[in-house]
Amino acid sequence: MAKVRAATVWMAGCAGCHMSFLDLDEWLFEFAKHVDVVYTPIADVKEYPEDVDVALVEGAVATDEQVHLIRDVRRKTKALIAFGDCAVTSNVPAMRNPFGGAEVVLKRSYEDPANLNPQTPREEGILPVLLDRVRPIHEVVPVDIFLPGCPPPAARIQAALEQLLSGEPIKLEGRDLIKFG
Amino acid sequence: MNLAELHDIARKERAAAKRVQIRCCVASGCLSSNGEGVLQQLKDAVQSAGLSETVEVVGVGCMRLCSRGPLVESTADGSLYVKVRQEDASSIISALRGGEAAPERVDPEQAFFARQVSIVLENSGRIDPERIEAYIAAEGYEALAHVLAELRPSEVVEAITRSGLRGRGGAGFPTGVKWATVAKTAADRKYVICNADEGDPGAFMDRSVLESDPHRVLEGMAIAAYAIGAEQGYIYVRGEYPLAISRLQTAIRQARRLGIVGGRVLDTPFSFRVDIRVGAGAFVCGEETALMASIEGGRGTPRPRPPFPAESGLWGAPTLINNVETFANVPPIIRNGPEWFAGIGTEKSKGTKVFALAGKIRNTGLVEVPMGTTLREIVQVIGGGVPDGKEVKAVQTGGPSGGCIPASELDTPVDYESLAEIGSIMGSGGMIVMDEETSMVDVARFFMEFCMDESCGKCIPCRAGTVQMHRLLKKVLSGGATQADLAKLSKLCDLVKNTSLCGLGQTAPNPVLSTMRHFPEEYESLLGRTDGLAASDD
Amino acid sequence: MAVVTLTINNQLLSARDDQTILDAVRDAGIDLPTLCHLEGVSDVGACRLCLVEIEGTRRLQPACVTRVAEGMVVQTDTERLRGYRRDIVQLLFAERNHVCAVCVANGHCELQDMAVNLGVDHIDFEYLYPQCEVDTSHERFGVDHNRCILCTRCVRVCHEVEGAHTWDVRGRGTNARVITDLNQPWGLSDSCTSCGKCVMACPTGAIFNQGSTVAEMERDRSRLAFIVTAREKQQWLR
Repeated sequence: MAKVRAATVWMAGCAGCHMSFLDLDEWLFEFAKHVDVVYTPIADVKEYPEDVDVALVEGAVATDEQVHLIRDVRRKTKALIAFGDCAVTSNVPAMRNPFGGAEVVLKRSYEDPANLNPQTPREEGILPVLLDRVRPIHEVVPVDIFLPGCPPPAARIQAALEQLLSGEPIKLEGRDLIKFG
Repeated sequence: MNLAELHDIARKERAAAKRVQIRCCVASGCLSSNGEGVLQQLKDAVQSAGLSETVEVVGVGCMRLCSRGPLVESTADGSLYVKVRQEDASSIISALRGGEAAPERVDPEQAFFARQVSIVLENSGRIDPERIEAYIAAEGYEALAHVLAELRPSEVVEAITRSGLRGRGGAGFPTGVKWATVAKTAADRKYVICNADEGDPGAFMDRSVLESDPHRVLEGMAIAAYAIGAEQGYIYVRGEYPLAISRLQTAIRQARRLGIVGGRVLDTPFSFRVDIRVGAGAFVCGEETALMASIEGGRGTPRPRPPFPAESGLWGAPTLINNVETFANVPPIIRNGPEWFAGIGTEKSKGTKVFALAGKIRNTGLVEVPMGTTLREIVQVIGGGVPDGKEVKAVQTGGPSGGCIPASELDTPVDYESLAEIGSIMGSGGMIVMDEETSMVDVARFFMEFCMDESCGKCIPCRAGTVQMHRLLKKVLSGGATQADLAKLSKLCDLVKNTSLCGLGQTAPNPVLSTMRHFPEEYESLLGRTDGLAASDD
Repeated sequence: MAVVTLTINNQLLSARDDQTILDAVRDAGIDLPTLCHLEGVSDVGACRLCLVEIEGTRRLQPACVTRVAEGMVVQTDTERLRGYRRDIVQLLFAERNHVCAVCVANGHCELQDMAVNLGVDHIDFEYLYPQCEVDTSHERFGVDHNRCILCTRCVRVCHEVEGAHTWDVRGRGTNARVITDLNQPWGLSDSCTSCGKCVMACPTGAIFNQGSTVAEMERDRSRLAFIVTAREKQQWLR
């Protein structure tokens, strides 16, 4: 049987979900028997490949670059998993949203604290542009599976991936599998 | 005060009437275009023309053609002048001696007036709303005197039941049944409340009745109080209606002085005190349980029913709540008999209904028509159709709780059931006409914004659901919505309608539902024009 | 008092005729979700989670304020009701900034539990992200409006059990907020007795003990039940 082409994607999040993924420890070897990891921040692949079977996407959508990335991922991926609270609810990255749009945030981050030459770095086409509003993934592209948690515990990730590999429709229920936070 | 004295007042008032009356509208609409100044100038003109012996100038209530105010009527020849300016006054007076009056005249026989049937508005535009004698001369308080002298309370309830009168506040609950329920609930104290918290955008029927003929409402309330066994009444009127409040205060003061309200009404053992409670601007206080909470001094938030106010209302006592127009119908029903009333209107909807005609329509104003009149007649004939050669696209009835009726359904008769069938409601009587340039999605958005702002915040579906629906409607209008968003909007309509605590939330989706039902193509045509990622702020 | 027989979820039950449907349902060990209901204080029927279907009644009725009646046939767990409940809980999450990951009540939160129990794994409505205040002017407690769901338990427990009526609600619609005194900082409140009943009553992390950090706040709801039983039945039971 051909191996499942899997990817992990990292957007606006703290990488804690990826850490939790690594907490799967020796089960990762089991996972690797069935899966080819074709894209992941850990391996530093530059282009998101075609024909990915499953992608775990960590983080919220906070910049224009992430909008492009998640649309690209969606186009090329069969099962998109919103991986962790930032992806599912936009969580901590969205705590800037109540304060207003991107300008307010940039000013607070770069200009207000500066003593000399307060300025916001801008470089067209090089620096990603902040969106006015951080959004959970499903507000930008359709999501197939939601795996909440901050981070989702390793056991929760394993349960989801096992269900996925079994080929049955995924059903996550109960405190151990879907609790926010 | 007894019946003989009442008749005496009426006789004196009629005898004192001069040969010619110059009536000038002093209801809010005309006052806003200087009706007061016109009234004063007319009085001065009569004085300086030396006609004081035969001509009197009277400030009267609404003459209905509000868009063309100030309106002045001369009883000498029935002339009706529109858009009268202060400086036109002397020419109107000199016209009495054969001169030419300056202001434009409209034909009082034109359809706008001729097709109306006046029950609620019978005194409107004819009597001075600030003089109880004028009301008495127009057979005012006859019905109350008759009821107190001749009828048992149960017979009054019976008469109202037989008349077929239904609540004019919007839902159309049979008034007689409501009265009977309160009447048969045993209690030491009971209350009568007049709901004058008219809040629908574009609706001004109740305001007009209160400003034009406040005694009629007091009389209706007193009859109701006698019928159900209450001795205290409250009129809950919104603070945005200062003139109505002031005229009500005047009316209550005058009625009290004559012994028509207060202890021993008309020298009978029946007592009826009535007080005004002024609302502070919350639409939800038109909902009866919220209204009562507000009268009690609490936050105007609704509570679950049952118990209904008829069993446990104001301070836990059985309470009758009716709308202004409902009470206004009571005296003529008693005076002319329930059969007379039941002979007007349709099988299930009796009597007349007052509508406030507004929007894209030639004759903006007040309209009273028999139930069963078609929308087409109201809009095209009475209302004079849409100006500037445009076509009617839809008619909105029932305000934020109502719906939009497409032009294709204009032959629907105006009665409670027929309007409900096509996804709207009778409502309290706001009727807004829209022309072909109106965006129905924007209309839905407007009403949703209203409901969102006016939700009291108590129950979650109404508080948070209306906000989400408003966002989705804005998203549709901005071109960023998808089919999935429309599905979500429908789902929210279902949720908010079925799970909200009070009528405000339960009916808030109606404008969306009716526009989605009758104008689906307008929603569809707006979908998917942008990527929908624009910042959505309030 | 009399006993009535009614059918709940096709199961024949008896209940006292002064009981609400909610009481009868819970006595029978059937789970029915609520957020604004709190044992010991009056019910307001505001959260709409306990809406049930009653045969012969057109509208859904809140179980917490609807009395049982002889022969009543009630459904508490239909697909339709579950759908409404999921939507209502989602509306709450979207309405304010409920960031479970950084909340004192994480793991001890009735809203969070409700999401788990109803299978809410994401929020289908757009988040509103309102700017909400945090008032920590009281020396022992704080209120974080980002986490408030306006259940008004604090208002009722303060008024009905403590008798202080420090809490109330201001504003309309989604701008409504719970307030202390006449919308003064809590720390300046003259009426607050610092009894902490509002902290015990709060279903989320909105009203909290100062000094508690993420996931640290557990409430002792039994203290509230103790006070109410003592007051109503003159029994001091622990």
